[in-house]
Amino acid sequence: MKIMKPISRALRRPEQVFPTRMTLGVMKGKLKGAQTGHSLLKRKSEALTKRFRDITKRIDDAKRKMGRVMQTAAFSLAEVSYATGGNIGFQVQESISNNARFKVKARQENVSGVYLPQFEADINESINDFRMTGLGRGGQQVQRAREVYSKAVETLVDLASLQTAFVILDDVIKVTNRRVNAIEHVIIPRTENTIAYINSELDELDREEFYRLKKVQEKKQIATAAADAEMAAKKLREEAERLNELEKHETEDVEKLVVKSEEDKEDKGEADQEKTVDTTELVAETEGDVIF
Amino acid sequence: MASEAAKNRTILACMGDEDTITGMLLAGIGQVTNEPGKERNFQICTDDTKSEELLAKFEEFTTRDDIAILLINQHLADVIRLEVDSFTAPFPAILEIPSKDHPYDPEKDSVLRRVRRLFGDS
Repeated sequence: MKIMKPISRALRRPEQVFPTRMTLGVMKGKLKGAQTGHSLLKRKSEALTKRFRDITKRIDDAKRKMGRVMQTAAFSLAEVSYATGGNIGFQVQESISNNARFKVKARQENVSGVYLPQFEADINESINDFRMTGLGRGGQQVQRAREVYSKAVETLVDLASLQTAFVILDDVIKVTNRRVNAIEHVIIPRTENTIAYINSELDELDREEFYRLKKVQEKKQIATAAADAEMAAKKLREEAERLNELEKHETEDVEKLVVKSEEDKEDKGEADQEKTVDTTELVAETEGDVIF
Repeated sequence: MASEAAKNRTILACMGDEDTITGMLLAGIGQVTNEPGKERNFQICTDDTKSEELLAKFEEFTTRDDIAILLINQHLADVIRLEVDSFTAPFPAILEIPSKDHPYDPEKDSVLRRVRRLFGDS
C-alpha cells in the first residue's frame, strides 16, 4: 500500500478573509462548488481508470501476439533469402523512395474529455519501391514477405496506439487523482475552516453587539432615573419657592394688617390684650399632647 | 493537447538489425528525403554499433516531429535501457520489437514493466 504523507495543517488553515456576511456567502458558494467538482472529478477518474485497465490488458495480449507475428515475419524473410540465394537487404535499402508506402493516420478518440490518439495504417498501394527486387529469382517469396511484414507492421501500429493511449491515460489519471485529493484533503477542509472562522467571528460580533445594547439600556435607565430625581427635586424646590413667596406676601399682608390693627388697638385698649394671652396658653396645652 | 502534435506525425521509424530493417522496408515504411535531419527514417545497427551511436540515433528519431512510432529491436533497447525507460512522452510511441536472433522477452519491455508496476502482478 502507498504510504500517504500527512497533509500539513498549514494548508488547511482558514484563508485570510475579512469575516463578513458577504464573505460567508462567497465561502459557502465555494464549498458547494468544490464538492460538486470533487464528485465530478472522481467520476472522471473512475471512468479513466476503467479504460486504463482495459488498455493495459489489451497491451499485454498485443505484446504477446506481436512476438508471434514477428517470428512469422522473420521466417518469411528467411525464405526470401533462401529463394534469392543471397541478401536482399542492400538492394531493398537502395530502392527506397522519398515517400513512404506505409504511413499512419492519427484519429482522435474522446474518453471523458481526454483525447486519445488512435493510429491507423494508411497504405498507399500506388507506391511500390521493390518492383525490381527478386526479379531474377524469388519474386514470389519477396511479395509474400512484403504482405507478411505489412500485416506485422499493422499489428505494431495497433500496439503503438494502445501504448500511446496508455502513456497519456496514465498521465491524465495521475493529474486527475491529484486534483481529487487536493480538493478532498485541502480545499474542502480549508473552506470549511474558513466558514467556521467567519461564523465564530460573527457570533462574537453578535455577542458584543448584544452586550453593548444592554449597556446602553442600562445607562439610559440610570440617566432617566437621574432626570426624574432632578425633576422631582426641581418641583419641590419650585414648590418651596412658591410657598416662600406666598409666605412673604402673607407676612407683608400680616404686617400691613398688624400695622392696621395696631392703629385700631390704640382705640380698643386693654380688653383685647387679655384675650391674646388666653389663646397662647391654649396652644401650649395642645402641643403637650402631641407625641413625636 | 496531443491532437495538434499527432496530426503531422505520419511515418514510422525503425532501428534494428539488418533483417528487421529489410522486413520493415519491404512493408514500406522507408522514406528517404533530401531534407536535412530527415534523410532516412531507419537505421541499421549491428552488435558492433557503439551505444553512443545508438543513443544519438535514438535521440534523433525521438526529436523528429514527423515520426509517430519508433520501432526498436529489443536487444538494442537493452543497450540504451536507461534512455528508453526515461522517455515517457506520448509521441513518438516507442515499440520494442523482437529480432530474428533475439526472441521477445516481455519482462524487459519498458511499457510492460510500467504496466506490471502499476498493478503489482507479475
